[in-house]
Amino acid sequence: MIRGVVRYVDERTGGAPFVRKALRYVFPDHWSFLLGEVALYLFMLLVATGTYLTFFFDDSVTPTTYYGTYAPLDGAQMSHAYQSVLHISFAVKAGLLIRQTHHWAADVFVATIVLHLMRVFFTGAFRKPRDLTYLLGVAMLGLALLEGFLGYSLVDDLLSGMGLAIGYSVALSIPLVGAPLATLLWGGPFPGSASFLPRLYIAHVLIIPILIGAILTLHLALVASRHHTQFKRTPRETERRVVGVPTFPGQVPRSLGLLCATWGVLFLLGGLVQVNPVWLWGPFHVGDATNGAQPDWYLGWLIGALRLVPSFDVVIGGYTVVPNPFWGGALFPLVVFSIVGLWPWLERKVTGDDAFHNLLDRPRDNPSRTGAGMALFVWVFLVFLAGSADRVYVWLGLSYSHQIWGYRVLVIVAPVLAFFITRRVCRELLAGERAALVRTTAEDASHV
Amino acid sequence: MTRVALTLLVLVALAAPAALADSGPPRQGVVIDPGQHGAGLVGEGASLYAANCASCHGPHGVGVLKARRGAGDVPGQGPPLLGVGALSADFYLRTGYMPLENPSQQPSRSRVLFPEEEIRAMVAYVASLGEGPGIPRPQPQKGSVAAGNTLFLQNCAGCHQIVGAGGYVTGARVPPLEEATDRQIAEAVRIGPYLMPHFSEQRLTNTQLNSLIAYVDYAKHPDDAGGWSIGHLGPWPEGLVAWLIATSALVATCIVIGKRLKA
Repeated sequence: MIRGVVRYVDERTGGAPFVRKALRYVFPDHWSFLLGEVALYLFMLLVATGTYLTFFFDDSVTPTTYYGTYAPLDGAQMSHAYQSVLHISFAVKAGLLIRQTHHWAADVFVATIVLHLMRVFFTGAFRKPRDLTYLLGVAMLGLALLEGFLGYSLVDDLLSGMGLAIGYSVALSIPLVGAPLATLLWGGPFPGSASFLPRLYIAHVLIIPILIGAILTLHLALVASRHHTQFKRTPRETERRVVGVPTFPGQVPRSLGLLCATWGVLFLLGGLVQVNPVWLWGPFHVGDATNGAQPDWYLGWLIGALRLVPSFDVVIGGYTVVPNPFWGGALFPLVVFSIVGLWPWLERKVTGDDAFHNLLDRPRDNPSRTGAGMALFVWVFLVFLAGSADRVYVWLGLSYSHQIWGYRVLVIVAPVLAFFITRRVCRELLAGERAALVRTTAEDASHV
Repeated sequence: MTRVALTLLVLVALAAPAALADSGPPRQGVVIDPGQHGAGLVGEGASLYAANCASCHGPHGVGVLKARRGAGDVPGQGPPLLGVGALSADFYLRTGYMPLENPSQQPSRSRVLFPEEEIRAMVAYVASLGEGPGIPRPQPQKGSVAAGNTLFLQNCAGCHQIVGAGGYVTGARVPPLEEATDRQIAEAVRIGPYLMPHFSEQRLTNTQLNSLIAYVDYAKHPDDAGGWSIGHLGPWPEGLVAWLIATSALVATCIVIGKRLKA
């Protein structure tokens, strides 16, 4: 029976050689290689839950009066978009579960991409021949951030309105092209024309997911064609030989297990922990605001940057050429993404290392790269922390302006320190290993 | 403040035994004419006022506009209390906003230092200083949570956060409303303590105030249809959960599965 089906498919597709090759593909065994896989499963979960949500979401900003099940908003003026999200949350079967799972999955999706990126960076997996694979990965991270922002901006609640207001100001602040660009996207001054939300919607559910899907396919195809990297743990692993388990029967059950675990964790979270309770935030009307409004965590570094940049504009001849939000909201992420994305080429330029690398470095094996990576991480992380200075003030009573000034000093000093300390630690670890090796060799020699 | 007053008392007792023998101990620098206020609640309030409030609010609530050295070398400075009425005194004393350690500080909710009868006495005394509003008696059960929600969003959420979790504004820490009683909310709205604007009855009627209080009470325990509320603070704690719970769990899973691959 199975043989018959297989023959039927093979006769019509000629896929047997490809499938045989795929089943024998070798997966090197280190747990950190699974992080990217988790991100892939989260993307699948996002598409699945997102599709369900599209059945009930309404992308119209036409005002309406709410008479739904959530009593504290009874009679409130709101857009159809926000009303439909209240409907999803309170009336649609499993609506709130799916919505919350979708939101949590987005938060965790970006987190796992970041971890995956750090693994690839600190082990030098991005080196030739995988620099292109790496660049595609960084592009997906950027798209994921944008996709997340569009997603929670669609809801048209108080937080999304405030977030879009900041996005609009940052767009306006881009020198020369800012104003026409913002007018083009929003279809007029903030909050924009009636066609703005439908534009966000189509970008969120079609354009960006397809872009991510296409880049993802290319990313995986490149991974497969150049093969995975591996750590050198035994003499069997060399630049020319991959050691690991085959797709089947080795990797498939593990991957399926990981898929189930990933989805399981996310559905548990979606069912048990409240995320973005939009009914509490209320509808957005221009001029309304709530204290302590924050973006989702993965954009926290941009809010931090907007707060840390001292207040100044570049004014020439009475014209504000570069308004302040540009530095923190646009230039800062551009710089970070440029450094991260172009790192393989930067490193090659500095080291002159143009060789093929299939074996990974341990972080200590390349002290300067690890130091630079830590410096970059510390820099972005401190800016990220600065974004929560107001909450820290409410919590611990640490003066807000003192915190901001502290961060302004730290973001300059700490990365430099991080570089030298990390490099030193790596070198000491290597020296320790060499000493241990010399000792064992000497002991072996004396035994003989 | 009471400790300061006691220290001063001791100092006075050491320095001027003769004066003591004469007219009894002046509680703190300010001498009260017992005949002026009578011996009742107001009289008791007057002596409490003299001991605890006068170094900043001046004798008889006239205020101290220019900082001057007062009890315990703290430069006293404070607004006049003539005409603020029982409403203000009741609010500041029952929230623990007053007495203040240092007049340049932002008053914040703290331990109430006085027993009930002393508060009543001080409130009566401050009310007797001039014609002013009495203690409000809000009736949130007559208000509507939905109307209050809209009012809160338009007038309060910008500083107090949409479910009253508090926050930061330039120059002040905005208090969370978790512990605010109905009466205190009504009083604060009319007074506008510290940086808060005050809302007159023209701007916010008593009916609207009832709705507003009904909403604040609702927001203390709102509808958490989604499960564990993680503080109603939005993305901030959500990021913590995403990393510390979800991502950690998934990394742990990867490690376990990665380990099994080796076996």
